[in-house]
Parts: sequence; C-alpha cells; structure tokens
Amino acid sequence: MITVAFLKAAIIAGTPLLFATLGEIITEKAGNLNLGVEGMMLMGAVIGFQMGYSSNSPLLALIFAALAGGIGAFIYAFLTVSLRANQVVSGLALTIFGTGFAGFVGQKLVGLKMTDEFNDFFRELKIPGLGDIPYFGEILFNHDMFVYLGFITAIILGLYLYKTGRGLNLRAVGENPAAADAASVRITRYKYIHILIGGALCGLGGAYLSLVYVPVWQENITAGRGWIAVALVIFSAWNPYRAIFGAYLFGGLDIIGFRLQGTGIAISQYVFDMVPYVVTIIILVIVSLRKDKRNAPPKSLGEPYFREER
Amino acid sequence: MQIRLVKKADIGTRRQTLIFLAAIFLALFTTGLFILFLGLNPIRVYISMINGAFGSAYRLEQTFVNAIPLIITSLGIAIAFRMKFWNIGAEGQIIMGAFFASYVALNHSDLSRPVLLSIMFLAGFIGGAIWGFIPAFFKAKWGTNETIITLMMNYVALKWIIYLQFGPWKDPSALGFPKIPNFAENAILPKLFGLHIGWIIALILVVLVYIFMNRSKKGFEIAVIGESINTARYAGINIFRTIILAMVLSGGICGIVGMIQTSGVNLTLSKEITGGVGYTAIITAWLGALKPHWIVLVSVLFAALIQGSSYIQSAFGLSAASAQLFQAIILFFVLGSEFFARYKVIFDWKSLSKAKEDRE
Amino acid sequence: MKNGSAYVSMRDITKIFGTVKATDNMNLDVTKGEIHALLGENGAGKSTLMNMLSGIYIPDSGHIFIDNKENRFTSPRDAIKAGVGMIHQHFKLVEVLTALDNILLGYNVGLFVNKRIQKEQINKIMEKFQLDVDLDKYVFDMSVGEKQTLEILKTLYRGARILILDEPTAVLTPQETVKLFKIMRRMKNQDCSVIFISHKMNEVMEIADRVTVLRKGRTIDTLIKENSNPQELTELMVGRPVDLSIKRIDKLTDKVVFKVRNLRADNEEKVEVLKGINFEMYQGEILGVAGIAGSGQKELCEALAGLYPIKEGEISFKGEDLAGKNPKEFITRGISMSFIPEDRLGMGLVANMDMVDNILLKQYHKSKGFLVKRKPAAEKAKEIIQKLDVITPGVHHPIKNLSGGNIQKVLLGRELDSHPELLITAYPVRGLDINTCLKIYDILNEEKKKGVSILYIAEDLDSLLGLCDRIMVISNGEVTGIVDARKATKEQLGLMMLGNKEVDNAD
Ligand SMILES: Nc1ncnc2c1ncn2[C@@H]1O[C@H](COP(=O)(O)OP(=O)(O)OP(=O)(O)O)[C@@H](O)[C@H]1O
Ligand SMILES: [Mg+2]
Repeated sequence: MITVAFLKAAIIAGTPLLFATLGEIITEKAGNLNLGVEGMMLMGAVIGFQMGYSSNSPLLALIFAALAGGIGAFIYAFLTVSLRANQVVSGLALTIFGTGFAGFVGQKLVGLKMTDEFNDFFRELKIPGLGDIPYFGEILFNHDMFVYLGFITAIILGLYLYKTGRGLNLRAVGENPAAADAASVRITRYKYIHILIGGALCGLGGAYLSLVYVPVWQENITAGRGWIAVALVIFSAWNPYRAIFGAYLFGGLDIIGFRLQGTGIAISQYVFDMVPYVVTIIILVIVSLRKDKRNAPPKSLGEPYFREER
Repeated sequence: MQIRLVKKADIGTRRQTLIFLAAIFLALFTTGLFILFLGLNPIRVYISMINGAFGSAYRLEQTFVNAIPLIITSLGIAIAFRMKFWNIGAEGQIIMGAFFASYVALNHSDLSRPVLLSIMFLAGFIGGAIWGFIPAFFKAKWGTNETIITLMMNYVALKWIIYLQFGPWKDPSALGFPKIPNFAENAILPKLFGLHIGWIIALILVVLVYIFMNRSKKGFEIAVIGESINTARYAGINIFRTIILAMVLSGGICGIVGMIQTSGVNLTLSKEITGGVGYTAIITAWLGALKPHWIVLVSVLFAALIQGSSYIQSAFGLSAASAQLFQAIILFFVLGSEFFARYKVIFDWKSLSKAKEDRE
Repeated sequence: MKNGSAYVSMRDITKIFGTVKATDNMNLDVTKGEIHALLGENGAGKSTLMNMLSGIYIPDSGHIFIDNKENRFTSPRDAIKAGVGMIHQHFKLVEVLTALDNILLGYNVGLFVNKRIQKEQINKIMEKFQLDVDLDKYVFDMSVGEKQTLEILKTLYRGARILILDEPTAVLTPQETVKLFKIMRRMKNQDCSVIFISHKMNEVMEIADRVTVLRKGRTIDTLIKENSNPQELTELMVGRPVDLSIKRIDKLTDKVVFKVRNLRADNEEKVEVLKGINFEMYQGEILGVAGIAGSGQKELCEALAGLYPIKEGEISFKGEDLAGKNPKEFITRGISMSFIPEDRLGMGLVANMDMVDNILLKQYHKSKGFLVKRKPAAEKAKEIIQKLDVITPGVHHPIKNLSGGNIQKVLLGRELDSHPELLITAYPVRGLDINTCLKIYDILNEEKKKGVSILYIAEDLDSLLGLCDRIMVISNGEVTGIVDARKATKEQLGLMMLGNKEVDNAD
C-alpha cells in the first residue's frame, strides 16, 4: 500500500490542506480564530475556477482565488476586529456565506472543464538533479508548481514568524494584545493584515482543489477540508514547519480509503469515507494530552481586544 | 480624522431591539442590491417570499414544520454555547437521534403507538446525548478542542447513515433504489391542529430550557463555567460533571429533533434528514441571544425565510444557495450590530485639522 | 510650583465610562526630576488619569501638555514617542517570550532582527540605571520583582523621560521594594519625572517629593511632602478625620479547632511545594502567615480549602479529617477561603456577572430545591455595598467595571457573609486604600470576636504585627517558625522569611 505512487499522491492531496492550514496558523497567531476556512476555500475555489474558465489564464485564476479568500477574510476581520463580534460565530457565518456563495456562482460551472493549455500550466515539473534521486525524487521533487509553492510558503512563514521583528510583534499580538499595544504595536493593523493573508492562502488552497486536484467544478468541492485544516493547526502546534508534515499526513488519510478499495479489501467505501474524520478526532484527543507551554494556542485566541475594556 | 470608541452605559431592551431591527433592515437592503444586480426587482422578490412563507394555509404549515426543528436545535445549542462550549455538532446529534429512533421504529413496529413513540422519543434523546457526551468527555478530561471534534462527528454520523442507506438498511422492495423503508403507521407522530405534535414538544422544551438556564442551579453553574473555569472551581462546582451534563442535554435535545423529523416529517431515515438545520440553528441560537423566548421568534422568522426562498426559487430561477447567502448576510449584519449596542463611535474631526497642522 | 515650570501638565481632564465619571476635571502638574505621588481611595481615578497620560485611554475632554507642548495621544505609541512610559497595575508582558523579545517588541521592524547590537544597547541602559535583568530568561520563569524590573527597562529602552508606576509595590516583597526605590531615585537624578501610585503611606512618605491627592474623580490638592504628614494626607483622601492605628483584640479561648499535620503537596511539574506543614489554630484567633511571595502561600490556601490535591497529611477541623474531601464539603463545614490573587479577577469572582450573581455563587447550593433564589442575594449585595462602601452604579453592574479595590471589597464581603467558622484570607488588603484596610481589619476583628478562626496571609509586615495573635512564617514550602505577634519584630520575621529557623529576638 505504501508505494511511491501513494506517497506522492498523499503530498498532492495534502497541498490544499497545507495552504489552508498555513492561512489559519497566521490568522490564529494574530489572536483570531477564524472558523470560516471552509467558506474561504470554497470562495477561492469557485472564483478561481470561474476566472480560469473565462480568462483561460492560470495566473489570473490564482490571483482572483486569493482575492476571493481575502474578501471573505475581510468580512470576518471587519466583524471581529473592528466590531468585536464573537469570533466563533463570525467564522461560522463566513463558512455558511462561502458555501452559499460557491453554490450560487458554481451552479453554472458544474461539469465544465479547463482547456488543455490551461492545465498544462499545472503540469509536473521535475526538479533537475533532485528529481532523479530514486524513490524520493519521484515522491518529493516531481510535482506541479502548486505543491512547491505550498512548501515554500510554509518555510517563508516560519522564517517570518520566528526570525523577523514583525513576526515577533505578530506573536505578541496573539499572546497578549494589551502588552503588544502598550509596546506600540498597531494591533488593528496587524490583525487585519494577517487575517487577510490567511484568507488569501485559504482561497489558494481552495483553488488548488478546483483547478488542479479535481479539476472540474462540483458542489461542495472542499468536503470538510477546511475543518480538517483547523484541526491541523492544533496538530501542528501553530508551527508552519510542522504543518507541512501534518498536511501531507492528512493528505494520505484522505486518499487511503480510495486506495484500499483498489486492493479488494471488502469494507464498504462509506466506512472508509469516515476515516479522515475519525482519525482527526483521535489525533486531536491525543494532541490534547500533551501539555506544554510552547505548544499552547496563542493566549488571546478568540478574544476581542478593546483597549479601554478590562 | 480620529475615530474614537466610547463605552456606552447599559442600554435598555428597547434600544437593543431597535438596533437588531436596523441590522435586519440593512441586511435586507444589501441583499436587495444583490438581487437588483441579478436583474430582478427586490421588492417583488421579497413580497413573493412573504407570500411563499405565509400566503396559504399549506405554506404557513410548511413554515411551522421548518420552524420546529430550528427552535429545538437552537435550544440545545444555546445550552452548550452558554457554557462557551462551541458545540457545532448539532447536525450529527440530530442524525444520531434520528438513527436511534429509527432503529426502534423499524424493529419494534408491533408495539402500540404511544409506547413506540415514547421509546422512540427516548431513543432519539439518547442518540443525540451520546454524540454530545463524547466531545464533552474529552473536553472535560483533557481540554480537547470541542469545536473541531463536534464538527468531525457530524461527518462521521452522516457517513454512517449513508452507509446504512446504501447498505444494510436498504429497502429491498425499493427496486434497488437506495432508501430505508418507510416507518409503520404506529411510528408516525400524530397531528394536532393540522401540524405534527412536534410543535407541542418544542413549546414545552422552550419553557423547560428557559427555566433551566435562568433559574436552576445547574443552569447557573453552566453559566459560571462559561465565564470562568477557575472561579467555578473555587465555588466548588464539579466542572467535569457539569460539562458532561450540559452536553448530554444539548446533544439530547438535538437528538429529539432527529426523532421528530424522522417520525413527523420524513417518515423514514435518510441522509437528508437534517436539511442543514444543525448549522442554521447555530445562527438562530446566536441571533436569539441564546435566550429561549427570542429563539422562538428568530426561528420562526428564519423558517419563513427558508420556506419563502424555496418558493421563489422556481418563480425567479434562484438557487437554494441563494437562500444560504441570504441567511449568512443577515447573520453578518446582526453580528456586527451588537457592537453598536455596546459602544458609541465618535468621529473626532478636530484631530484631523490638527494632524494637518502637524504635517505642515 | 507654578504651571509654567511643570514638565507634565494635565488640565481639566474628564473621562466617563458609561455612567461612571472616572475623572472629573482633574489637574496634575509634575516637574522634571521629581517623584510625584498620587494618593486616593480605591476608584478615585488614579489609574484612569495615568492611563490617559500614557495613551491607553483617550480623555473625553481636557488637555495634556508635555514640555509646554499640547499632546493628543490616540495610542500608547504616541505617548511613548512623547517620552511617557507606564508600568501598569497588571504587567503588560508577553509570558511566552524572553525578556529581550519583550523589550524589542513593537520597536524593531527591520526584516531580520540583529539581537547582538540591541543587546549591547540594552546593557548600557542597565548599567546606567543599575538594573539587573537576565535578557534570555522567559517571562513565565520570572518572579514578580524581575518582571517589574523588566518593565522598567522596557520603558527606559524606549527613551521614557516620564515614568508612571501604578501601584508597583502592591505585589513586591519588602526587599524588592527597596530595590525599586533605588531605581526610582536614580531616575530622578537623571532628571526624569516619576509618578508613583501607592496606597502605602509609609512608602509615599519615604520616596515622594510632592503628593497630589485625588478623591472621587477630583483633584483635591497638591502638597510638598515635607510640609505634610500621613494623618493630613489620609484626611484629604477620605474627606474626614480617620484614626490610623490598627487595633488588636485579645483572643478568647484556648480551644484548638483546626489542626494541620505533615501536609505535603506537589505542583503540576511534580515539584514539592508544601513540604510537611504543621500548625494548629485556636478558636477566635487570627493566625498570620508571612513569607516571600511564592513560598507556598497560594498552595497552602487552596489545600486548606480542598482545592489543591495533597499528597499526604492531615487537615482536621473539629476533630474530623477533611483531607481528600471535595471543596463543597469544606464549604458546608464552614471553611471559607478568599484568595486575592495578584490578578484580582479570575479567581473567586466572575468578571462579566453582576454583584448579585457573584454573591449567589457562594449561596445557591445552600438553598433547597432545583432553582436558585436571587432575591436574598440581591439583598446581600445591597448590604455589602452599605457595609463596605463599595462604589458601584448598582447591584446589576458587571463586576469587571469596578475599580480594583472595589472588586476586592465585593469578594471579601461575600466571604464574610457566608458566616464561616474558619476564614482563610490571603492578601485581603492588597491594593486597598488605607481607609478600607482599616475597615477590613475591623471586620476581621469583629469576626474574631464571634469566635471565627482566621488564617490571615499577607505580605505587609506592619499589618501582620498589628493585627494577628501569632504569626507563622513560611519559606520555600516549609514552616520556619510560629511566633507571638506581640513580641516579634520585623527584622526577626524578615530573617525567618529567608529560611532561617526560628530566630530569637533577644538582640
Ligand atoms: N475600563 C473601564 N470600564 C468601566 N469603568 C471603569 C474602567 N476603568 C475605570 N473605571 C471606573 O472608573 C473609576 C476609577 O477607576 P480607577 O481604576 O481609575 O481607580 P483607581 O483610583 O486606580 O483605584 P484603585 O486604587 O482601586 O486602583 C472606578 O469607579 C471604575 O469603576
Ligand atoms: Mg488603579
């Protein structure tokens, strides 16, 4: 079962999860729990698809997917940062909105396909040298550019968070906004920027599904991946590097049922469909057993900040 | 210019209601623009929505049929939310309630109707309660994040029903069509005033939950835990037991919805049994400020909205998704409006001129 | 001193929260190179006024001049730029970051941080003011004193010329306070302005040059310390004459009601924090507990109330061993605890609930039946407001909006109201103004007269020596001795707090 093809496919299946997880990590680092990941992914997926289909330009499709996710995130940011609305409910509202939005826009897109020219943009690119290593080359270095992009984004995000002054400020905003504020960090600005970037990443994750992974439009194309991404944030302890591993692991889980069917094991497909969800639950429970200050969520997560409130 | 926020003194219920209505109005206005953008006349659309929701006895009945599960589920969610336990697993809890009730209905249809229905009711409660208990146990024991677990359990429950529907419970007489057999006459909720008696259950639950949350000791403990776990500990509240109790109730109440929907509306179990109520009820519970009496009002309005939008779908060629969009927009506006009940925004033009001076 | 010579000048400052006028046309002038104390009862508006000077709150009206230039701060950022630094009543530090990161926070947004250069700069400042901070230490590993020094260093690094200290000594040990005062004097010598808020009169008399007294949101007067005295200052603060002495009444009986034997407990990291505590308490006595912060007071308190898991030992109350029972059983037997944590809210009270519900919290399980009864709780709330002069718009006002001192009164009022037989109270007067302190001592004496045994944990040696019958000193989880409060001296207690077993006070 654990073949080269399987591992490679796991990485591909994990890539949309990776984007969404990174997006949610950066959002949560700013102290905002955005449960609208699923919605933003759907918005990115549908707009990316629509744009790609009508313009036949992969680049435009990606830009618009990111924008769509960002717009979703903006609604959320406006509600929770400026208007201090409850974050959990605002995020849920965003998911509902995104689902409705994708359903609405996607209604006319069902069954459509991209041109070959378009798809060619996302062909596999073998990295010279590395791609020729036996086994590993095929698993890791022979992918479409989206996969590499996800990987690179994770690294950049890690560097940003742990090595730069702005990253330090961001972490402080999520931990203790009052302290960051008193230290002259502009809280509102930091929150907005990072929530928006987070949304854009979720949008890209969705676009990967509709443009590359599936790649035709179908209703509810994300199938709960946004939620799994939220779980992955906890699993990776808010660390972008660990998110890479987590996302690929869950990518593997996502396709395992499908793969096993091929092997003729006589268990209903519907039971296998449960696997990713059940495993997510189990992993979350296991993760919650580990108690360590450094793995803890940002302290102010979920709480609105108002300077004059106490 | 400088924007300044100033805390307001506690404002009265009347002002609060006014702000709420203003938010709804703005939401209608915004969607109106959207409808206009689609090339339709928003006024006409709204009117036919109202018509679709209340226009005839049948439509009115449908609106209430929609309202019943919304009210009950919102009540269940409100209990959990009061404890800041973000139970977004109502969907799964409804399904499990439906599953348990259906198991009884399909296997013991020989029982007399009152007995069978009572057992089904209990089974529904237990099914939902079990689904509520699991995340509560993990949360209480190890602090496991409940939001994601409850949500994941929705998917598990749904896949389970699909499995049953396409597998072991498939009706052999349905000519290969994947459906679960219809309930026997005995397992169907009787009607009163043309409406299945779920509405009576709903009203009783509203009163019970109201008393429970506002007047009972356990309800008080739940609220304290919601505000501060530490303080709850100091007051000698048994946190573990209270979290479990709250979620068993929350899940159980949602489970009852599963029983009502199978036995009163669908007449069997199917994967569409919830119709998304578990998610919509999160909105209604919040819009109702987690207060049972408000929940009733908001749920009926939302049911009308759903009923009305399904009516206009055919008339104006709008999709089911547009109803969802509509709901989300209303929720956005109401969420945002709460701010204006708490803060006053002051635009300080003076500092604008001053900033200019500084630059010069 | 005239307005013209003032470095900081706040004029006609008004700030309203909802219905509460926190400051009402307040005025304050502070010159360069002076330590200026702010005195006022709880809720007088001291913190609010200072928060406006440091850009946290924006005044509704009024003017702030620094160096004769008007400033309109809209954020702490503006205030920092103008040279204002504030050490808040609750520290504003990020726990999971190191000292260095906390200092650099918000100050350095270059692409990558060059920590070496920054460290050199910081070290220079530390030398200049003789501060001592381990820059690589995580804040969660720091003691309160260390955190405070870090806060000061942080503001100095940002070039503060005006330093505001909001009740800095409330959570410090006497030794740490001495250190802090040295730093403050050094800043004064560097021509900085230091604004110092404290409820402890002796500290104000020791360190301040001038004192401004506030009362109920108004400025009453500014006096030169040399020309004034505690009695006068207190009277200005309260608005009427007060007797400042602490009274002690003799204990009534020799009946032992409470006995603790070999009490041991581990904390979450499995380190032993209570190392075999032994003591007993008589009916109607006040037993003081002295010790350096973090010596196990909190754990002891919680253990005695059934809230902290104990490893071994015996807690016997009137002959019944309660070890291992759950907190409710302690409560029903008349053991009541009020712990005033460094962070006042969070333990014991529900910030978002009103007074009625907070009082209900300790009452509801006593009534029979399934339902709670709010009427009696509301009555109690009104009683407590009366008895302790709680300043609040009403019993239905959320607790979190009260001033720190008033929150504490609510907590204490509630605990006393449950008519305990054993009252455990930790830091009950922390952060309270003198007048309220005295009131609370009176209340404790009152309870003592009724035969209540009181375990009184405090850091202020004066109150311990003046109020208690005996004082138990703990150090590092161990009892280093129990002494008669009538005969003990501060020096003796100080030595025992540092771990010396029972010291004779013969010399
Ligand atoms: N953020 C706030 N929201 C609402 N009310 C507030 C707020 N801050 C202060 N108040 C109110 O303003 C008044 C002054 O409070 P402030 O904290 O300035 O008092 P203080 O003099 O510092 O008292 P203490 O000695 O107890 O710290 C109090 O009545 C308090 O309840
Ligand atoms: Mg204060």
